[in-house]
Amino acid sequence: MSADKTRGPTRAKTGEETIAFTFDGTTYHARPGDTLAAALLANGVGLVGRSFKYHRPRGIMTAGIEEPNALVTVGKGGRAEPNTRATDLFVYPGMMVQSQNRWPSLAFDVAAIFGLAAPALGAGFYYKTFFGPAKHWLRYEAFIRRAAGLGNAPTEPDPDNFSQTAGFCDVLVVGSGPAGLKAALEAAEAGSRVMLVEQDAVPGGSLLRDPDPAIDPAAMVERIKALGGKVLLRTTASGYWDHNFLTLSQRLAEPGAVPPHGFAQRLWHVRAGRVVLATGLIERPVPFANNDHPGVMLSQAVRSYVRRWGVLPGQRVVIATNNDDAYLTAQALVEAGAEVVALLDARASGPAAPAGVTVYHDARPSSVTGRKHALRNVTAVIGGSEQSFDADLIAVSGGFVPVSHLHMQAGGKLTWNEEAQAFVPGETPQVCETIGSALHPPAAPAAAPAGKAKTSFVDFQNDVSLADIDLAWQEGYRSVEHLKRYTTLGMATDQGKTSNMTALSRLAEKQGVTVPQAGLTTFRPPYTPVTMGLLAGAGARNAGAHVRRIPLHDLHEAQEPIWQPLGYWFRPRAYPVDGEGLVAAALREAQTVRTVAGLSDVSTLGKFEVSGPDAAALLELVCATTVGKLAVGRGRYTFMLREDGFVFDDGTVWRLAENRYLLTSSTGGADRMAHHISYVRNSLRPDLKCSVVNVQEHYAGIALAGPGSRRILAALTGAEPPRHMGYAPGVLAGTPVHVLAASYSGERAFEIHVEATHAAEVWRAIEAATRAAGGAPYGLEAMELLRIEKGHVVVGGEVDGRSTPHDLGLGGMLNKAGGFIGAAGLTRPALSAPSRNNLVGLVSLEGPIPEGGMLIQRAGQSPQGHVTAAARRILEGGAIALALLEGGHKRHGEELIVTSPTRGEKARVRVTSPHFYDPAGERYRD
Amino acid sequence: MKTPYSAFSLLRGAFNGQKHWEPAWRDPEPRSSYDVIIIGGGGHGLAAAYYLAKVHGIRNVAVLEKSWIGGGNVGRNTTLVRSNYRLPQLHNFFEFGLKLWHNLSDDLNYNVMFSPRGAMFLGHNDGDMIKLAERGDAMRCDGIDAELLSPKQIAKIEPLLDLSRSARFPIDGALIQWRAGTARHDAVAWGYARAADALGVDIIQKCEVTGFVRDGNRITGVETTRGRILAARTGICVAGHSGHVAGLAGLRLPIEAQTLQALVTEGVKPMVQSVIMSQSLHCYISQSDKGGIVMGGDPDNWPSYARRGQPTIKEGAIAQAVSMMPALSRLRMLRTWSGVTDMSFDGAPIIGTTPIDGLYLNAGWCYGGFKATPASGWTYAHTLATGKPHELNAPFSLERFMTGATIDETAVGPMPNHR
Amino acid sequence: MYQIACPHCGPRAQTEFTYERTTDSVVDPAADAHTAMHALYTRANPMGLDDEVWRHTYGCRAWMVLTRHRVTHEITAVKAIGPEALA
Repeated sequence: MSADKTRGPTRAKTGEETIAFTFDGTTYHARPGDTLAAALLANGVGLVGRSFKYHRPRGIMTAGIEEPNALVTVGKGGRAEPNTRATDLFVYPGMMVQSQNRWPSLAFDVAAIFGLAAPALGAGFYYKTFFGPAKHWLRYEAFIRRAAGLGNAPTEPDPDNFSQTAGFCDVLVVGSGPAGLKAALEAAEAGSRVMLVEQDAVPGGSLLRDPDPAIDPAAMVERIKALGGKVLLRTTASGYWDHNFLTLSQRLAEPGAVPPHGFAQRLWHVRAGRVVLATGLIERPVPFANNDHPGVMLSQAVRSYVRRWGVLPGQRVVIATNNDDAYLTAQALVEAGAEVVALLDARASGPAAPAGVTVYHDARPSSVTGRKHALRNVTAVIGGSEQSFDADLIAVSGGFVPVSHLHMQAGGKLTWNEEAQAFVPGETPQVCETIGSALHPPAAPAAAPAGKAKTSFVDFQNDVSLADIDLAWQEGYRSVEHLKRYTTLGMATDQGKTSNMTALSRLAEKQGVTVPQAGLTTFRPPYTPVTMGLLAGAGARNAGAHVRRIPLHDLHEAQEPIWQPLGYWFRPRAYPVDGEGLVAAALREAQTVRTVAGLSDVSTLGKFEVSGPDAAALLELVCATTVGKLAVGRGRYTFMLREDGFVFDDGTVWRLAENRYLLTSSTGGADRMAHHISYVRNSLRPDLKCSVVNVQEHYAGIALAGPGSRRILAALTGAEPPRHMGYAPGVLAGTPVHVLAASYSGERAFEIHVEATHAAEVWRAIEAATRAAGGAPYGLEAMELLRIEKGHVVVGGEVDGRSTPHDLGLGGMLNKAGGFIGAAGLTRPALSAPSRNNLVGLVSLEGPIPEGGMLIQRAGQSPQGHVTAAARRILEGGAIALALLEGGHKRHGEELIVTSPTRGEKARVRVTSPHFYDPAGERYRD
Repeated sequence: MKTPYSAFSLLRGAFNGQKHWEPAWRDPEPRSSYDVIIIGGGGHGLAAAYYLAKVHGIRNVAVLEKSWIGGGNVGRNTTLVRSNYRLPQLHNFFEFGLKLWHNLSDDLNYNVMFSPRGAMFLGHNDGDMIKLAERGDAMRCDGIDAELLSPKQIAKIEPLLDLSRSARFPIDGALIQWRAGTARHDAVAWGYARAADALGVDIIQKCEVTGFVRDGNRITGVETTRGRILAARTGICVAGHSGHVAGLAGLRLPIEAQTLQALVTEGVKPMVQSVIMSQSLHCYISQSDKGGIVMGGDPDNWPSYARRGQPTIKEGAIAQAVSMMPALSRLRMLRTWSGVTDMSFDGAPIIGTTPIDGLYLNAGWCYGGFKATPASGWTYAHTLATGKPHELNAPFSLERFMTGATIDETAVGPMPNHR
Repeated sequence: MYQIACPHCGPRAQTEFTYERTTDSVVDPAADAHTAMHALYTRANPMGLDDEVWRHTYGCRAWMVLTRHRVTHEITAVKAIGPEALA
């Protein structure tokens, strides 16, 4: 703090500071309602941060969300928020604040040495040096990365939650200044459902700076609420999307604070009938040498600190302006007891100044010098000659920029207001209007900068000066977008709110055109930065992917299985006993199925009931195999093609009754299949007389497989089970069931489908009977061993989305009559090329076969195929695998190498038929 | 001859106010004819022009840009560069490009900040890990670097990832390509532009192509907002708007234009070292040199030219990212942007000839075009110079959709919105 | 985030809907191979209105055709399709 009590920021009248907080470890006291910026100024602290590139000392420039300089980290642990604007943070008891981007301390920052090198580090300097191989750049880059980057990210998990909610209203008003309050109240009185959104903690907007005795914001808010309106404070309308949809981010607790109900913020998705933007203005800074020093502040911000917070940002003040508004600041300062040393007006004339204030016309600031927390003096060019003033603060106003961000996000156009040197909202394609000062900015004629370009900063946070803009121009980066990207102007956390117009003016001047001719960059969401955790919402915990539980989840859980994630499902992978690992358990389970019987949960299979006189016609469109000839009570294996002719799913189809079929499909493809069938039925053949019902979750499915399965099932149902690929309804454990004699394991087997709500009884009965016969439950891993040995393909494995029926050995089953989806695509020549990858079996001659490994003839060769699934012979032992191999159908008997360089594994294999087990299907016969 | 970029020259500038730099490229008036016209001043078009001049000695070339160069997808991506694809046509093509990337700054005398910091795909279950091993094995057999990482090895590189078993998608391992990384996207466009311009290529901005000059089944030039310009060969290179421009020549393409969104957070000190992607989740994360976390997710999977995204798509990608790396929670999304992508109907690009003589096509890059810039430029230049595809882009022909020789990395078939 | 007027449910948020394809790429199962592949593999990509098949997937699951502008995102018409729309 300044040793001289008559210099530097201070509180106008002390005595009510009751809230203790710390800044860089020092305890200070604030008043209720203070922002951190107000509180720091009240305590004489003007130096708050360091700039991004040159680490120049920076203070507080604004009193709002546009603040480019005063960024801090607030809070600790997983709640710490880096890069928080001191002007947008309301002090609370115990608040802990750290300055950023400095080492070892804010006052003495070693990296300020970059400032000395500034002449060599102009715009885009990094594009012109650091050459050499990319590896060298990595080394320079590591250094640059450490020097850049502002605050530190938390390293601990976020302890808080974020809520997301939907909102609907007739009228959404953004901004609670005089115009917004009036519009919201009028709409509410007219009977509309109103939402009023204000980013500040209290309503009023500009009234907080320039009170109007005729307007009482608090009373108006109460009235709006009484009429049923919703008033959201500390809430920012950050995104305006298509069809009048807006996203609002609401702070339920200040940054770094422990939220009262566990929710730190709330995200609103609002669909509004009409949107009223009363978003006001942001003041433009003025470029001059060292205009980034603590003690250079926007004029309206100065007035806010004086009037709203009772803080004097300086005690000897120079005011620099090109408009009338700054005269009000002079008035406010005089009233608060500060000395206004000079009022520099760039214009030839202006309004009357407050008594005792000397006004200089045709006067522009050219440079300032500073001490730690404030200025030392201000130099100005007045009518062509220089004059210096002893001052600790300069309040600047370079005109005003309408806040048109949301208007532009909505697709609105801007029009140029020459008098105000500002773009104002124009036409919009959405049901939206801008009102208030944003539509009518005060007159503020252009004034040429008077100081040295090199330290006349435009984008304060990114250290972009007028000289950088000039250099970019000189080097041909002349469109606004090139300028922005080359200099990084407007890319800092303040998103260019205080810099864009100054830069654009300079660009227009260089081009010799008017500002609107120079162009304008577009505004995209968000208006102000939005917390990632808020956008993630509950999805931060589950990646947005809910877990779906199978009906028998709890029954399995009691047996402590190893669970297997499968899309959003979890299925038992194995049921280990006596401390078995996965491999041992799966082998035991598979051996049990091969020798006795096992039961398994297949509830997640896709299942569709298709009924009606045209049911078969629909199925023959969806399935690439014949369906129509199926007798009642019979089923068959089938597969489905995409329109491009490649296999995308498989399953079974059953004729339950004359006009009623059940189609099953794979677990992983179930949603896709549901969509596909619906598309085919509704979009391609709405004329068919049939209905399709997705019964995936209606029925739980239990597979019972093994040589003993028929006897077990017969005992349980009291009826002879259907023969292989037969269907019969039955009753099991007093519950009606569908019995499908389908096998995936290579053994005689059944799928028992039962209404999910009754699945537990049925499972318990089958499990008891199976265990009594010496069998056991088996999981996905055993199922995998069984199907690989049998040579059945699986969707996601051999059915990889790039295989044709012929590739998979299914060509013979195609419906010869054609007419199915994919028949046309299948006729394309590349789909029957001899070099295609075909399904084969592999038998190891030496070593275990790495799953996913590449098939080659000799080392150094490009792969000719890959292993899709590896297993072992269940009873005999010995490694086997399924693979897709170039021209594989004709290569049975050939010796190849499977290599996995990423795992350092290799095997010698012989190519065989993919059917290792009971190729004739004798085990299906009773 | 332009002043070469070097540290020495920068230092010299420190004493003259950097007054010695010339414009990076000229602003020429279009001539009435050229040997080759490239429509589109994006990364690929500028790279193709550069290689036409440098490799093939064809310098009578114009690049026509309707707006300002680099304003399309080369300036609207997440700057990832890698070659870790499963299918050989793709990994061989991108690996050729990756080799060019490694020397690109020197070649162009423009620091494109290619940073081979490593790109990893996380695996979240055994199935993922097998798929990653399969991809890595396919790459390694073709001489491309790939390495499997254990969770412990991942923790050393990215300690802030949630490596606990209680994560919704626990991390079982990763496949990393160490030679992959990121680059400064704008610099790629500007570097190619400056280098091409130095070799005599005319880069013509604010010049929109409004139609083609046609002689039978041959294109002999283009109509533009700055007049008619003739050329023996014309190459379309307008990612995002390929369907529209090809439509001016009467072609319907196997492409649908969709919006792809990306975002960057406020800058923080280094917290993400590599490029993080996932086999099961649809988001990708890296950290820029300025400290912002750059990320993206799936495209808005319906057609649009609007460059306006849908907010919940972003929110979904952010949910996945925060779930993978909880420390991202208190960072703030600073900026968002969208690009219009050419979603091709097998997910792979199209580079080569068209049914119309004298007209060539470079399109269909889906959301992976940035990394392809050097390879795409190189092979397209070869095609434009010789009239025939280079062996690396031969598989990426326009005809493949009718013959069935599609190159479907994600294996989901012809519907881009299912990809 | 569009608001789509489902012919069965009224105006709903876009997140409930999925886009399928343009109407001109709906492949007639009875079409010859060339016609089918041409429909499947080419698009007009107008910078204006196009007719598209959408589904209220996370709502009533019905199908419809939207006439939608590719640049402004204005939806000028919604028409139900499927068996119910045949009557």
